[in-house]
Amino acid sequence: MQQEWVMGFLGGLLIGLAALTFLLVNGRIMGVSGLLGGLIDRSGWGNGAERLVFLFGLFLIPVLWAHFVAPVDTHVSSNIGLVIFAGVLVGIGSRLANGCTSGHGVCGISRFSIRSIFATAVYLLSGVLAVSLFRHFLGVLP
Amino acid sequence: MMHLLVALFSGSLFGLGLVVSDMVNAQRVQGWMDVLGNWDPTLGFVLLGAILPMLLAWPLGARRGKALLGNALPGPASVQINRELFLGAALFGVGWGLVGLCPGPAVAGLGLNGSSGLLFFLAMGVGMFAVPSLRRAFQRAVPA
Repeated sequence: MQQEWVMGFLGGLLIGLAALTFLLVNGRIMGVSGLLGGLIDRSGWGNGAERLVFLFGLFLIPVLWAHFVAPVDTHVSSNIGLVIFAGVLVGIGSRLANGCTSGHGVCGISRFSIRSIFATAVYLLSGVLAVSLFRHFLGVLP
Repeated sequence: MMHLLVALFSGSLFGLGLVVSDMVNAQRVQGWMDVLGNWDPTLGFVLLGAILPMLLAWPLGARRGKALLGNALPGPASVQINRELFLGAALFGVGWGLVGLCPGPAVAGLGLNGSSGLLFFLAMGVGMFAVPSLRRAFQRAVPA
């Protein structure tokens, strides 16, 4: 258990260094919902190549890791209805709130943005409510 | 050209961090939100680790005034807490809890999660695509 916290912290540092690099070298905020959403709704096509390349790196490294280093178990639900429902909610919610865990949670909180602190508190709370309700009261989640 | 290499490096480092911290594991992410069950504190350590370098990055950037490659840095953060921020964050949290994926790990897991992961990514894309029109409809139906 303790080792998992250490790996979590080390992995977190890598994520923070990725955000630091993107900010200080390129002048961009590392928020995945913004980077991806701007490609999807065309609002970010002005710097589309930069967004695409970032997302490609994010996609590629886990694949390489799983292939060359160690298998990665992701344990994503196979309940198709649940996966689609949750995906739509994440897509709508993160764009409506202008950010997700990386944008608000990492980049926003670290600059003491009141909007980001508020958003992070709300989505953590609603996540806790959703897991509690669907797992412990409705028994929908395993 | 240089900024594309930096973007590739940064995205790759993010992907590596998500694998090392096991945040591509939807069950572990859900474990963080399962306060009534077997609570897993890992995600808190990940957030802490990720915020620390950024606590240095913001003042460093402010002192330099612009990015190393010459771009302007992002302007000051908006301070307006509005209903869209609240509604969006609430909906996002529910979806995040139900499957344990947020946008970063959804992209990072695209090559790992099989058809479920692909389906989640596509559904998320549809949701994102709908937001500009949803926003307009919402403002028309319930004027602020």
